[in-house]
Amino acid sequence: MADGRHESVVLDIPEAIARPRRRWSPQLVWIIPIVAALIGGWLAVKAIMDRGPTASISFKTAEGLEAGKTKIKYKNVDVGQVTQVTLSKDLRHAVATVQLVKGAEPYLVEDTQFWIVRPRIAGGQVTGLGTLFAGSYIGSDIGQSTHAQTHFVGLENPPLVTGDEPGRQFVLRGKELGSLEIGSPVYFRREEVGRVLAHQLDRDGTGVIVRIFVEAPSDRYVTTNTRFWNASGIDVVADSTGVKVHTQSVVSLLLGGLAFETPDSPLAQPADDQTVFPLFADRTQAMKLPDLEGDRFTLYFTQSLRGLSMGATVDFSGVAIGEVTSIGAEYDSAARAVRFPVEIVVYPDRLWALSRERVNKPESKERVEGLVEAGFRAQLREASLLTHQLYVAVDFFPDASKAQVDWTKTPPVLPTVPGGLQELEQTVANIAKKIDKMPLEQIGTDLHQTLRSLDGTLHTINAMVKRVDTDITPMARQALTESQQMFKTTEQALAADAPLQQDLREALRGLSRASQSLRQLGDYLERHPEAILRGKKRDER
Amino acid sequence: MTVAMITAARCGLYACRVCGLVSRPTQAMGTLTCARCSNALYMRAPDSIGRTWAFLIAACILYVPANVLPVMETGSLFGAQTDTIMSGVVYLWTSGSWPLAVVVFFASVTVPLLKMLALAFLLITVQRRSARHPHQRARLYRLVEYVGRWSMLDIYVVTILTALVQIQSLATIRAGPGAMAFGAVVVLTMFAAMAFDPRLIWDPVKEQYG
Repeated sequence: MADGRHESVVLDIPEAIARPRRRWSPQLVWIIPIVAALIGGWLAVKAIMDRGPTASISFKTAEGLEAGKTKIKYKNVDVGQVTQVTLSKDLRHAVATVQLVKGAEPYLVEDTQFWIVRPRIAGGQVTGLGTLFAGSYIGSDIGQSTHAQTHFVGLENPPLVTGDEPGRQFVLRGKELGSLEIGSPVYFRREEVGRVLAHQLDRDGTGVIVRIFVEAPSDRYVTTNTRFWNASGIDVVADSTGVKVHTQSVVSLLLGGLAFETPDSPLAQPADDQTVFPLFADRTQAMKLPDLEGDRFTLYFTQSLRGLSMGATVDFSGVAIGEVTSIGAEYDSAARAVRFPVEIVVYPDRLWALSRERVNKPESKERVEGLVEAGFRAQLREASLLTHQLYVAVDFFPDASKAQVDWTKTPPVLPTVPGGLQELEQTVANIAKKIDKMPLEQIGTDLHQTLRSLDGTLHTINAMVKRVDTDITPMARQALTESQQMFKTTEQALAADAPLQQDLREALRGLSRASQSLRQLGDYLERHPEAILRGKKRDER
Repeated sequence: MTVAMITAARCGLYACRVCGLVSRPTQAMGTLTCARCSNALYMRAPDSIGRTWAFLIAACILYVPANVLPVMETGSLFGAQTDTIMSGVVYLWTSGSWPLAVVVFFASVTVPLLKMLALAFLLITVQRRSARHPHQRARLYRLVEYVGRWSMLDIYVVTILTALVQIQSLATIRAGPGAMAFGAVVVLTMFAAMAFDPRLIWDPVKEQYG
């Protein structure tokens, strides 16, 4: 029953249509997991391979650091990422654990530096502005060392010089910092060639140490002979040579700056990296010749020292060979007078540099004595009438009285001669003295007598003149009248209508006529030469 | 359920999976196709278990990179950032969007995982010819098949953002390698669910019911 129903149902069911079997292996589906496995495996391997080394960097503060976000950059290329920020065990530092990119192992060496880049304004430059928006990142400067290291101490400030920047660093020692700052420019011939990297106090607090960087290729101009000075702001110098104003660029006015210059010297060698140089306060000081050894002398002056200041030049024929180091006043009990000791330092190198001759101590002693023998003296001179500044001049005064160098005192005393004004004063005083010595009263009496006799003489002359007036004058008048008459006669004789004149004119006229007849005769004879023989023809016409 | 169930397979008939027409086998050689819609006819999907396993294993392998690798790379003025699925969930959770975090976590992490576990469970039970709880297993299968496409939530988000945020230099969002893997996981689990022939669940049951 059931079967029959089944049969009929089955018979009603349409028959499936057979199609040729496709050659398709169901096993091919296994390619998919294999491919997936390959992809997955490749990804896994890549992830492991791309995993670079880790390092830890400790900072004072983790401000701006965020685990999983903060990048480590070298030349603005991502080289890693902060994976963790923790505190150090002693709670003094924040320690950032960083994961660097693959192949970063050579970056993790001893002298590699890390610092947090934050926006900052320093040295006239604004840096890290991008971090205002994008958040801080850790900057790095990969070192050259070969010693691997995995723990680093991060810098608080970004280094101003990265290891790959060509140039050299120098150390300057100065008295004070002036207005220098980190990043202040270093000028060479007013060209900015470097910057201040760091500054700090001396260990004993007596000065400052300034580290600077001079970029290549300008660093080759820094030689062993180079002078550095503080070019901050405006430097106004008013000394015996006048008023000078020195400035560098306007930037250095605001920020401070350093400048250097190298005096010509055949011995100068390019300075090594980290060479220590003195830092001078200004260019004048810096450019003085090297004053390694100075001879000290004391000069005793008796005149006023007003206008002489410490540091005033000691001048030899216009060459500054030293300077005044101290000024004082002392009572000389022997002479019972106040005298003014002036200590000077003379740099023989400068003096002898002119003769290109080095001298050692004993020789220089003899030399000084020889010089003094020849009249070598010190003198105070006025440098400028305007400022009344004084300077010490040393020169040869052959007329000066004999003097010796007093070697017993320290410093030895060099003889002096009264200078400029003082000399003038003395001359005037001498003249006054001489005038004083003149017998003025006697001269007066003599003068009086002379005048009196002169008066008598004048009286005599007067009487004489009177006599002349009475005796001689009438005679003279007569003579004059006579001469006048004589002149009148002459005048008459010479008048136009005077008979003498007329007679003369008459005679001349006669002479004229005679010469005319003579010419007619000449003419006739020329035409009729025979007339001489035959006589004049009658009635020729 | 005491009535012996008549199944097409037991009668040696083929049921078309597309149009539902039942056909008789023919004596001719070759692949049998439906007389009405020309779809290939199989008693049971050929090698269903093997193919499902293949897809499932592939999905399992790719599930790892899908969760480990970043799905989204955000580049903007404020720096570059990469996000994995879990970091997104953590971000949502820490920023207070707990419901959203739960939804994303559920849709992107739990669902694919559960789907793979469910498929594995179904495959194992079918292979062991287990006759237990066929109804529940059938329902599980329907659930797996239904829920599959919704796991693509993350991919949708990334796709939309990638298309929208392309302001060069200001902000760009790119799909990361994780997104690819994640998409592959979802697609592969869907393939696995498709390759699985749910009729296999009932085959061992015939002894019990038949």
